[in-house]
Formats: sequence, C-alpha cells, structure tokens
Amino acid sequence: MSDHNGSSAPVWPVLRQFAKGDLFALDGSTAGSSRTESLASRTKTADRVVGSVCPYCAVGCGQLVYVKDEKIIDIEGDPASPVSNGCLCPKGAATFQLVTGSHRVSDVLYRRPHGTEWEKIPLEQAMDMVAERVKRTRDENWEDRDKDGNPLRRTMAIAHLGGATLDNEENYLIKKLFTNLGIVQVENQARI
Amino acid sequence: MGTSFGRGGATTFPGDLVNSDVIVIEGSNMAECHPVAFRWVMQARERGATIIHVDPRFTRTSAVANLHVPIRAGSDIAFLGGIIRYIIENERYFKEYVVNYTNAPAIIGDDFKDTEDLDGVFSGWDKKKGKYETRTWMYKDVDPEPAGGTRESEAGEKGQPIQRNPIQAEHTDETLQHPRCVFQILKKHYSRYTPELVEETCGIPRYLFLKVAEALCRNSGRERTGAFVYAVGWTQHTVGVQYIRSAAIIQLLLGNMGRPGGGIMALRGHASIQGSTDIPTLYNLLPGYLPMPKAKHDKDLATYLRLNTSPSGWWGEFPKYMISMLKAWYGDAATKENDWRYDYLPTLTGDHSHMNTVVDMADGAVKGYFVMGENPAVGSMNGALQRKGLRQLDWLVVRDFQLIETAEFWRDAPEIARGDVKTKDIKTEVFFFPGAAHTEKDGSFTNTQRMLQWHHKAVEPRGDSRSELDFIFKLGQRLKELYANEYGQIRNWPIRDMTWDYPEIGPLKEPSAEAVLHEINGYTVADRKPVEGYSSLKDDGSTACGCWIYSGCYRGGKNMTARRKPYWEQNHLAPEWAWVWPHNRRILYNRASADPNGAPWSERKKLVWWDEQKQEWTGLDQPDFIVKRGPSHRPSKEARGKETISGVDPFIMQADGKGWIYVATGLQDGPLPTHYEPQESIAKNPLYGQQCNPERMEWIRKDNPYHQPYDDPRFPYLITTYRLTEHHTAGGMSRWLSWLSELQPEMFCEISPELAEERGLKNGEWATIRTMRGEIETRVLVTRRMQPLRIKGKLVHQIGLPYHWSTKGLVRGDAANDLIGFVADPNVSIQESKAFTGNIEPGRKSKGRRHATSGRLVKKLPSREQDRDLPKVGHKPESKHGYKAEQTKEGNI
Repeated sequence: MSDHNGSSAPVWPVLRQFAKGDLFALDGSTAGSSRTESLASRTKTADRVVGSVCPYCAVGCGQLVYVKDEKIIDIEGDPASPVSNGCLCPKGAATFQLVTGSHRVSDVLYRRPHGTEWEKIPLEQAMDMVAERVKRTRDENWEDRDKDGNPLRRTMAIAHLGGATLDNEENYLIKKLFTNLGIVQVENQARI
Repeated sequence: MGTSFGRGGATTFPGDLVNSDVIVIEGSNMAECHPVAFRWVMQARERGATIIHVDPRFTRTSAVANLHVPIRAGSDIAFLGGIIRYIIENERYFKEYVVNYTNAPAIIGDDFKDTEDLDGVFSGWDKKKGKYETRTWMYKDVDPEPAGGTRESEAGEKGQPIQRNPIQAEHTDETLQHPRCVFQILKKHYSRYTPELVEETCGIPRYLFLKVAEALCRNSGRERTGAFVYAVGWTQHTVGVQYIRSAAIIQLLLGNMGRPGGGIMALRGHASIQGSTDIPTLYNLLPGYLPMPKAKHDKDLATYLRLNTSPSGWWGEFPKYMISMLKAWYGDAATKENDWRYDYLPTLTGDHSHMNTVVDMADGAVKGYFVMGENPAVGSMNGALQRKGLRQLDWLVVRDFQLIETAEFWRDAPEIARGDVKTKDIKTEVFFFPGAAHTEKDGSFTNTQRMLQWHHKAVEPRGDSRSELDFIFKLGQRLKELYANEYGQIRNWPIRDMTWDYPEIGPLKEPSAEAVLHEINGYTVADRKPVEGYSSLKDDGSTACGCWIYSGCYRGGKNMTARRKPYWEQNHLAPEWAWVWPHNRRILYNRASADPNGAPWSERKKLVWWDEQKQEWTGLDQPDFIVKRGPSHRPSKEARGKETISGVDPFIMQADGKGWIYVATGLQDGPLPTHYEPQESIAKNPLYGQQCNPERMEWIRKDNPYHQPYDDPRFPYLITTYRLTEHHTAGGMSRWLSWLSELQPEMFCEISPELAEERGLKNGEWATIRTMRGEIETRVLVTRRMQPLRIKGKLVHQIGLPYHWSTKGLVRGDAANDLIGFVADPNVSIQESKAFTGNIEPGRKSKGRRHATSGRLVKKLPSREQDRDLPKVGHKPESKHGYKAEQTKEGNI
C-alpha cells in the first residue's frame, strides 16, 4: 500500500526496505507507514472492559468484553486466564457475532393453536399467558398420592428441558421453582 | 466416576495434563472439540509425554498424537479390559497404592457369581423384575448401602431400600491372594480379554494394543503418572458408565488417581454442563447430589435421612446438607416441628428422564413443555419422535437467541415438507421468548474442571430479550400471585412458602444473580452472613444452603467465582482464579499423592503431604482430606460418619474411603465393566452368550424400531456421530453465525475409499443414509481418515456423521440424530448415539426423508430380539426398560 495521506513525505515501503537492508520486510518498522502508526485497535477506545467466560464448550476460556457507548465493540480472549492463556478457538472467537449479530430475535412471538404464522405479543402479556397455562395445567393434572397411598405431590403434565448452557444461578431458580410447583420432569443435556 | 471415587466430576483439570507422562485420549476428539484445552496436551508432548489417541476416526487429535489406535465404535470395554488384564498378568500394578488406597483386598460375599460363571450375566438377575438384585455383589458379611456421589440409583424404583450398616469390608487380604478378594475376582473377570481377543473384538492389531498397554505401565509408579481424557464418545452408550469405570480401574491399579499428571479428565461439551448436574436440572437429584425423594420409600424426613445418610464416610454429614437446603427454600416456614417442610417435595415413581418424557409427550400425557437453551428437535435421538411429541403438546415455551427448529417444528420440519403432517392440524400453542446472552447477564458457569467462573453483565439485553434468571423469577412471582387466593389447599403451600425475595436491580428490575449465589453458598439464618464452607452447615435449622458442594464460593461475602488473578502471579493450580468445588480443591483425592505415611510418592510428583511439625496436611493444592487427621489415624469401632475415615483413606466420599475397583453397590448393571455389544452391532458378542447390557433401557414402539442385534443384512455398516470445531451441538449457537457457517457449510458423511468402492460412492456427491428410524441425505467425503477394520478376517466399515445441521439457519443439512433410536444406559439414562448400524447408498434417494413416525421404512424381517439376551434375561416385564405397556404388544418390529 502506498502512503497517500501521511503528513510526512511519502516514502515507499519498498525503498525503506532497501535502505534498511530488510528486503523481505521482516522488520515491522520498514513495512509500516505513518498511517499504520496512527492506527490503534478498537479495543483501545473502549469505555470499559468486562470480565467474562466463553459460552460454548465447557473448557471455560476467559473472555474480555469491550464496551463503548453501551454497545459491545469486541470480545477477546483473556490473557490472564490460567484456563486459556488468552486463546479462543473458532467458536469462542465468534462470540462477538453470537451476541451482537442480526440473527438474534428481540421480540416475543406467539403461535396460536393451528396457526400458520408467528404473531408479536408484548412480553408482559406473554408472561401472564404462560403463568396462567402453568397454573391451569398443574391444577388439572395434579397427582396427590399413588394407588398405595404414597405421597406424590406432583404434576406429570409439565416438563422442562435445558440447563447445560445456562448459569448456575438460573438452574438453581429453575429447579427451585419447578420442584415447588410439583414438576419433576426437569432435565438437561447432562445425563452422565 | 461417582461410584469409583465418590464424586461425579473430573478429578483433575486440563492444565495439569502438562505434568502427565502419558495421556490416553479415548472417546474424545480433543484437538477439534476442546482445542484450547488441547494446548496442555501439546505442552505435555513437548515435555516428552506420550500421547495416545484411540478413536474410530483419524482426526486432528490423532495427527499430533504419538500413536493413533483405530477402534471399532462400541468396543472400548474389550480394549480397556485387555489393558487391565495386561497390568495384572504382568504384575505392573502399583502394589502399595492398590493395597492401601483401593478396595482390591476386600473379600466379596460367597454368593457372588461373575459373568465368567454365568455367560455374561452377574449373579442376582431377577427374571421377574427384569433387573438385578444387587445384594450378592456386596462385601462378605456386609449389608448393602450406596457409595456417595452418584446417588441416582439408590432407594427407589431402580434400586432397593438400603440397610444402614457401615459398608466397609469386614474381611480383607492384603496379599491380594484370597480367591474371593476383589483383586482375584478382577483377574478372573478379565482373564479372557487377551490381546488376541482385543484384536478380534476391536479390530486393533496386537502390536498396537501392546504399545498402548506398555506405555501406560511404563509411565506409572512413584515417579511417573498418566491421565485418561474422555468425552461423550465414551458416555453415549448403553454401557456408558461402565466405559468410564474401566478407565477408573486402570487408573487405580496404576496408582494414578489424586496425583499430578494423573486422574481422569472428563471433557464436557456445554459451558455449564457440569454445573447443571451439580445444581441439577435433572429429575432425580436435588442440588449437591442429594437424591429426590422416592414415593415408595422416602415417606417422611426421618426415613429419607435414614436411607440416605451413610453411617461411614463423608455422606454421614447428609442431614446437615438436606436440612440446610430445605431451610434455604422455605425460610421461616421450615421448622423442626414440621420437618423443615420436607413434605413439600414432590416424589419419584420411576425413571422420569428426558426420553421417557418425550415418549409420554408423544402419547399425549405431557401437556406443557419448557425448552431453555436446548434444541431437542435436532439434538436429541430419534428427531422425528421428538417432533411427534411436540405436536401433541398443548403449549410449548422455547427460550433461545433465534427461531431454532424446536420453536418452528410446526411449520419447518421434514414431515411437514413431505406432507405427512399439516401445520393447520397441529394444536400446540408456542411461545418464543428471546434469551439474553451471557454478556447481558451476571452469573456463573461451572466448567469441565468443576470451576465456577463468573461472567459480568456488559450491556443490557435488547428489546424483549431477558435472562432465564429473570424469566423464572418473574414467572414465580406471577404464580405466587395467581395462587394467592388458593392457599387453603395444602398442595399450594410450597408456592406460598418458597423463599423468592431476591433483590431486584437495574433498569429491568432483574433479580440479583449475586443474591442467588449467596443463597447457593449458604448463610447463617440469624444474621444472613455467608458461611465459610460446608463444614459450617448444621442440621438444626440455624444454617441455610442452596447447594452444599458449592458452599464457600461466596465466603466472607466475596464472590470467589469472580476472582481473576493472572495465572503468572500464582502456581500452576491457579488457586486464586475463580473457585473450584469442593473447597477450591483443584485435584481431587489428592491425599493419594502421598504415600501411606504422608510423604510424597516422589519429589517429581509431589502435591499434598503431611507436615509432621504442624500436624496437618499441606502442599500445593488444598488438601482433599480432613486437614488435621494424620496418616497414622485409625478410627475406633464405634466411629460413625466422617469419623470413620482413617489416615489412609483418600476417597473420603466413599463409605470405606477407598477407590472402588469393584463397585459393591450403586450401579445397576454390574460391579465390573463387561464387554457388551451395542444395541445394534456388526458382531456377535465374542465373549458371552449375553449380547447386550441386560439392564439397558429400551423403548419398544413402532416409532422407535430397532435393527437386528448383529448381521442385519439391511444395515451392514457401523455409524458413529461427532462434532466439528466450527459448530456447537445442535447448532443453535453456530448455524446462524456467518463466521462459523462459512467454515463448515454443509452436512457430510466421512467414509473410507474401500466403502466408497463397495457402494459406488463418490467424493463430493450425494449419499442417502438409512436406519429404521429415518433417512437422511448428505454429501460424501471419501477419506483415508476412515479406515476399515479387519475383524475375524472380515472388513468392517464405519461411517462418521457430524450432527450439527437441520432445516434452519444459514447453512442447512439433514440431522444425523434422526437416524438414532431411543436406547439407553440404565444407570444414568443416557442415549446410545456413538455406535449403531445403518446403510448407505449413492444419490438422493430418501423419498422426502421419511421417518418411522410416519410408517415403516424397510421391509420387515423376522424378529431376532432373542439374540440380544440370554433366555433368562430375555423375558422382560412389560413395564420395564422404559417402554409403555400399551405400546409393547403391537410395537415390536
């Protein structure tokens, strides 16, 4: 690349390479330009850096999340982590796209029985509807005792799946709430 | 792991593999599936360690290993059993370790019969119940009780009520010569697992097998250690638990447990999959591996505590953990008088695990379903049956980043595309809630090495996206309100009394994750001060603790999981980075890193030792032992609970403090791993008349048909599934990302040039792969990385299938899991997806991707179900093995 917008006199890198005897531009300084010198990584401009952990596999590589103007501008491996020493694999390195990408849906959607399309509905309304269905299903399908009179205190009509990608605190509240509703079919990917 | 050592977690961490002298990676493609952890294996190699990769495929892990050992999928126990035999026959075991730290000297009861005696079945098979009665497996003159750790199998439908006597061998023989001691039983059990048998079972040439066995033996003893690394290539079998048990036996014989560079490294596949077992979103457990109450047995708190409190070993502390949990859940409503509200807990009447739920769903018994961060329509076995289940629901809640297949099963699925099912006919009401990413919420993941690491909220979630924490919290608040007028009914009291008062923070008024962590850690009730660890917990209601094994993660009010002290400022165990359960111990059972007298086995392998002057255990790691209990301590006869742990008992969670080479109680399918063929195999079991694991769970239904046990002419090839570096499980976190999708854009199958030749398949062109469950179309990748194995002179072909794709996302392809049937391990109900049979032909000939849920796919052959089991095992009661009585009569193939 030639150096068009530098303030100093443009010197072609190739001339510098000759001048410094660095024919193959192995030394960065000969290949550089005043423009490249003025550049900085976008992480330098972040308002804050937040400690995080890779959300993919269970190795638990350290991540640093760079935030500017309340938006994530980059996610990098955390060099201080004894788990990963700053490394991320292809998936971990794609975390930035995972969390900021346009694929993410940000509306609550509802498909009515026999419906052919999604409908947008407000979050609060959807929460009310789900709570109402949990209550109705639980009330209509309550098992108090088995045929021998042993206590069951449960409903087998509601089940849950998921947890291996969630936080411990989330799993804790899931288990606590659902157990106390009498839902025993609480499961996730971890079966061994 | 739990039954062998006491805790169901990896015993070490990937970073410690640098200290290994030999590393066997088996059932895992670590370089591609856990690339960053694999750096430690590479560093070990640079230091001179021997790296061995045992896998059906030659992968990037194999490429950098010293030795790649191709193996027939599903035959690992024969291979590992061969190594056990080699160690014993050549007297290569670490005798001082074996005699002192394992149950090898224990003498077993006279009624025990081995699989060698009964053609592949252990004593105690109950023909009427279709399962084992395990009493005969016990130590001589001792009544059974379970090991700590995996307590899934005890005191319920699957096991027997338990006697409460200390389970410590009454009789031992430290010379290991007694014919009924564990060591001699082990020797006999594996006596036929010769290198020749390994060759004809696994397809591994004798010289390769001997190289592996020799490398392991050479690198053990006082000065050297070896490690085993596995992933779901081991677990997802009908004998999955016994695969890991085989490695446990090898590691105990070689003296590799609890030592630097030793241990068994379980590589988990999700960010918090270990966490979701510790704080379980699992039906059979409460937090910290406390069992869910069983309807028949655990009628009241006193009975429940009696059945679950071990008279010896650490599980003697059980009541403290249980009562503290009840106190955390019910607060002031839990009192001594009302048994801390134990009677609020629902009870179990059988196996309520995922596959049973799906079958119940397909049969209309389940009405409502929550799916949070999983994609079962793609990720679980027999995808068509999963989707059939979803169609029978009244309502479904899916929480994810985008519209995954599970959310859109009603309009975008193979059976819809084919016209078998019409969208308008599906009654299910579906709610999709967008989830918040880990960068949009506070919380902790527990990684593969039991480490809790905190991630901080960086930004607020967009739009209606919310965390699961927020969703569940607000759902709970609404239900408390909805039931407010119905608290006259006793069944609603748990909702009323459940503590649910987490501080609400931030603009979205989300519950404070740190407050939840505080409850998980535990606190003294009087002042709500966090407890220092589980040693502080009481059984008198004065402490509350949500998950005892995590106790200490918030000690002193400090979030220990958020610690991020750079690794270069501490030793290689990095004790001040985050927090590891239990008690920040990085290598479990590390008392075994010292000899019986408390001195390190060698300078090179020192970790924890007894400090004679201070009279306490000390060292590089937190001692996984009672700190002040010296090596010479011997308990009195009257001792109970943790007081029974002697100075030479490194496995403190076990009732006898020993590593269990032989699992006297706690497993459904036998005290010693035995080679059984997969449910669908290409070979007759070369060792026993009993073909498959007699205890395996089957679902015999029309929509879940099985192939013939072996030599099925319709399905001559072995199939195994796996992951790629660039995709994540069922694709929910990768198929929608362009960065990852363009790296792995399309579904394919990996086959050998020989198979390509045999079936006329061409690289880059299409193939159709069939099982009785379904059919898929994939691109063909012909590669020497797949090599046919020669077994008894016959060439055996294996097909490799990644399982990431489905009908949605940026890149699409058929879902490998649609091929796989429901069949599972009896101990933990995990599916068998790593070895099954199928057929492959060139071209796109699937007729629209048919599935068994819509009718039969191939012509019927006479049933050979009887070939899977010996006659006495073959008779199975109808309600057994997961299937439903009403389906069994007509459901058979």
